[in-house]
Amino acid sequence: MKYAASFSSGRLTVYLSGELDHHAAGEAIRVVGELIEDNMPRECVLDFSGLSFMDSSGIAVIINAGRKMRSLGGRLSVENPAPQPRKVLEASGIERLIAVATRI
Amino acid sequence: MKEQNYIKLEFPSRSSNEFFARAAASAFAAQLDPTLEELGDIKTAVSEAVTNAIVHAYPDKIGRVLMRMRILSGNTLEIMVKDFGKGIENVEEARRPLFTTGGSERSGMGFTIMESFMDKLRVRSVPGKGTTVVMQRAIRLRAGMR
Repeated sequence: MKYAASFSSGRLTVYLSGELDHHAAGEAIRVVGELIEDNMPRECVLDFSGLSFMDSSGIAVIINAGRKMRSLGGRLSVENPAPQPRKVLEASGIERLIAVATRI
Repeated sequence: MKEQNYIKLEFPSRSSNEFFARAAASAFAAQLDPTLEELGDIKTAVSEAVTNAIVHAYPDKIGRVLMRMRILSGNTLEIMVKDFGKGIENVEEARRPLFTTGGSERSGMGFTIMESFMDKLRVRSVPGKGTTVVMQRAIRLRAGMR
């Protein structure tokens, strides 16, 4: 997994790329959590455009990031998942809790 | 259903083998000429089944995971993932969405995803002996491809 981040006017975008499975999830939860703590954003976007595969471990990454953002009084959203990760998001029902949008 | 081809694999329950297991499933399934979406569904279900064996069957040791894939009549792929670990006390409860004993790094959605991505899912578990998950997925024949 690779990570990149950008921050401007209260909005943190974290770009995740590679395959997000249980093997990668522990690190992803830690990296995203630290980026949120360091930047204290009002809004955090997890950009999934670079994820070529995701299983339910990705849901745990989203839930953990969502919990962090709620404790800061901020919002979390997920953007640009490819078809396979999108299907996992849909099957999990996470879209009832977290906004999933496509912007590219 | 008549068996037409099969493969058997055995690997230790290391998380680095999750990638290998779904790549192997994808390579074996390719002979059924699946769409990208069908391949994605199969890889996802395999990833969930193998992750369960790694996380739950052997929580504090490395154990054996067996994977058998078969092509059955009707262009159907069957995948079995078997472990010899601690087993599941209550399979019905484990299959419920959001139920997990795996802590905050798990979502409790593994069985839900296997169920929704495959046509059939059977789970047999004996506490102290292990768990066997068998999944089937029929791959649609595409017009003009055969």
